[in-house]
Amino acid sequence: MTLAMTNERSVAQAADVLTIKDLKAYYINDLFGVRREVRAVDDISLTVRRNEIYGIAGESSSGKTSLIKTIAGAIRPPMRVVGGEVRFDFGGKHIDVYAEPGKMKAARWQNLSYIMQGSMSVLNPVRRIKHAFNNFAFRHMGLDRTAFRARVESHLQRLGLDPNVLEAFPHQLSGGMRQRVTIALATVCEPEFIIADEPTTALDVLVQQDVLGLIKEVQERLGSSVVFVTHDMSVHAAITDRLAIMYAGRLAEEGPTQAMFDTPQHPYTAHLIASLPRIGDTATRKSLAGKPPSLANPPTGCRFHPRCPIAIDRCSREVPDMLPSAIGGRVACFRAGEVSVK
Amino acid sequence: MLKVLRDLLRYNREFLFGTLLIGIIIALVIASFFSPYDELTTYAVIPDMPPGGEYWLGTNSRGQDMFWQLAASMRNTLMFGLVVAIISRVIAIVVGLVSGYVGGKTDQIIMAFNDTLGALPNIPILLLLVFVMRDQMTWGVLALTAAMLGWTHDSRLIRSVALSLRTREFTRHAAFSGMRTGQVLFREHLPYVMPIVFFTTMNNLIWAIGLEVTLSILGFSDINRPTIGGMIYWANAHSAMVAGIWWWIAVPMLAVVILFLGLFLLAMSVNEYIDPRSRLARMGA
Amino acid sequence: MTMLLELDHVTKRYPVGGLFSRQSITAVSDVSFALDAGRPEIFAIVGESGSGKSTMAKMVLGNEVPDGGRLVFDGVDIATIRGRDAREAFMAKVQPVFQNPFEAFNPLTPVDAYLFATAHRFCGANDQASKEGLTDRALQRVGLSLAEIKGRFSHELSGGQLQRVAVARALIPAPKLIVADEPVSMVDASLRMSIVNLFRALRDELKVSIIYITHDLATAYYISDRVIIMRSGEVVESGDARAVLDNPRNAYSIALKNAVLPPDPKAAAAAIRDRRILNRADAGAA
Repeated sequence: MTLAMTNERSVAQAADVLTIKDLKAYYINDLFGVRREVRAVDDISLTVRRNEIYGIAGESSSGKTSLIKTIAGAIRPPMRVVGGEVRFDFGGKHIDVYAEPGKMKAARWQNLSYIMQGSMSVLNPVRRIKHAFNNFAFRHMGLDRTAFRARVESHLQRLGLDPNVLEAFPHQLSGGMRQRVTIALATVCEPEFIIADEPTTALDVLVQQDVLGLIKEVQERLGSSVVFVTHDMSVHAAITDRLAIMYAGRLAEEGPTQAMFDTPQHPYTAHLIASLPRIGDTATRKSLAGKPPSLANPPTGCRFHPRCPIAIDRCSREVPDMLPSAIGGRVACFRAGEVSVK
Repeated sequence: MLKVLRDLLRYNREFLFGTLLIGIIIALVIASFFSPYDELTTYAVIPDMPPGGEYWLGTNSRGQDMFWQLAASMRNTLMFGLVVAIISRVIAIVVGLVSGYVGGKTDQIIMAFNDTLGALPNIPILLLLVFVMRDQMTWGVLALTAAMLGWTHDSRLIRSVALSLRTREFTRHAAFSGMRTGQVLFREHLPYVMPIVFFTTMNNLIWAIGLEVTLSILGFSDINRPTIGGMIYWANAHSAMVAGIWWWIAVPMLAVVILFLGLFLLAMSVNEYIDPRSRLARMGA
Repeated sequence: MTMLLELDHVTKRYPVGGLFSRQSITAVSDVSFALDAGRPEIFAIVGESGSGKSTMAKMVLGNEVPDGGRLVFDGVDIATIRGRDAREAFMAKVQPVFQNPFEAFNPLTPVDAYLFATAHRFCGANDQASKEGLTDRALQRVGLSLAEIKGRFSHELSGGQLQRVAVARALIPAPKLIVADEPVSMVDASLRMSIVNLFRALRDELKVSIIYITHDLATAYYISDRVIIMRSGEVVESGDARAVLDNPRNAYSIALKNAVLPPDPKAAAAAIRDRRILNRADAGAA
């Protein structure tokens, strides 16, 4: 028994909490004979380590939302996983999301939770905040009512929130306060894995930093892994340890955040960073030509090549593989590192 | 248009069944124009013959061939229903869209009128009308009156959609593009209420036919003009069930069931097709 | 010096509560500024949600009437514009660009319908050829062409393209003023700067004045000439955009500037770390 326990713990120390391999998830629509296949997630492999904030950046229709839905096992028709696998390792408890859907259901909230863009999708507008805690977290904690209440209150206090918010209705709180409550809600079970989907996008700039600071603080205290999705590169700069850039359903580049901002290897990354305006700098920023490709009918070869300033013939014919990059990450480009930010 | 029909027939089972059922009804209506008997004539054939080889649906106690009676009745009943549905649809769309788009005081006044009209009991009003009009009462007047009573609920539904469309940014954009109210309503907003229009047309058609049947069974319509309700009226007047002439009752009832079921299936499938979300999905949004 | 637009102590209140409630919230309170007709500029109105900046846009566009003060456009008090002809004459001179291009175009209407309607109503183009000519010329200005968008629906274009179509449409009547309410907040990062740069070009080449309403200080700094910073309906600071944003004086403006995350991991992470210490201090105090 003891031996088995030790074994489990040592497995639990494995570095990666999430492993995605060759994942393909398509929207397949068949309406009145018009068949459309949208390759929202097209052959993506990545791993998320324990105790890190892993950022996923991408523009609209880059597939980032589809990717996290697929990770969470929350896809429904017309979207389908066509190939590949998503595996979690929660302290020795292995879950293959698409082979064992039942296990995944049990892990929700306890091992894995979400922080979403709109707090109102989690908080019922006509029920007090405590109702949301009872509803989502109570079952997973295995505590009696009094102990659960005490636990929730101490958790709120640690996050700098007054426990009295439990008696408030959502509309009595400001947007920033509501988002902090949803963060408390998502972390009260001390999950090992948190998916944060644009948690600061709908917030005013003044509270954005508070919310980011809170997420960072909770993550450090719990030692959890966070997958942080946003289109806003400044937010990635502020909070993520590693960063993946998605373009048209594929990964363009992945690497340590600081290194990617300093020396981006993919021309798309370089452009995203260079086009950020900053106060105190009025130098003309350029935009990329063209438009993001349609996922229903993506370009051949590298999907970025029609808009790429340094594309060569080969880019339109061959699909570049994700290969190790010079800055300790991976990049899918034949001319990696040839465009600089400056 | 042809392509739309082909797609619907091929990919939508409800549409296929609906088309088959309504096809039977339409065939009957067309057949009514080639009837060997005048629809008003009685004792043209041997009375009380059960359905069989010579008289497919039998004959009734008034000496009429049930098949040709049914054909003529179906034509008249359907005509009544369509006239009511079309007139009341036009009113409902115009009132609903304008009221929702203009909003404010105008909206309040229109809706107050709308709700008052909607609260009036239909059958008593029609009965009153029948008593007042007496011999001048034609099916046309009846249809017009029913149409006037049949739009209020649907215009409210349409208004609720129009209210939300009014606050959409594309409505403001259209106004600043110099599109005038009529253009905004009928080019920009109408497609969003079409699913409601189609669905309520079906309901309205069924309601109108039901109304006609009810009034006819009670004898409050021109009983000599063959209609589905009129057939049942005469069957009752001759105590058809007691006399064992079951087909006199069964034939019109079965026809009504086929008609209603066919309309329902068609409405469902067409609705799915014209729904903006489904339309956008097909367009590739 | 003639004024293109002059706001004179403009106030707007919205009633709150029931039918008999006398309470109201002040969305815009005593705002005054003027745009010079001879010197086209990009005038930024910066604020968070609830600052009254969108109400300002609605008032300048004539969609809302102020409760106090006057808005005078081209010598005419906007509140006195009545009737269809006067309204259309006004719209020919002041045109909007909306926030979300996917909302601003009806998904079931081809996008060119808006351009043709504008050419027809405001430029008197009655036949298809002249409508297409005017439309194409405006689209060329924003780096597109009619051939690219003719018969297209909004979902077939990117957010950046659509927003450029929206700008092109606003340009067709040759307006003197464009009111752009958060025009880039819904546009993808890789395309955002093309829209922002476009506004610059319109000011410099077409001499159009632009009221640029935004919550984003970085783009406001990048393109605007003058700025006002609003909070709860009041202007807390105003002046030359560079001067105000480089050295804000008002406490709120300073907080707003500090809240902008720098696009650099070290500095941004430090900003958040500071905030966490503040949070802890708050919690300790409570």
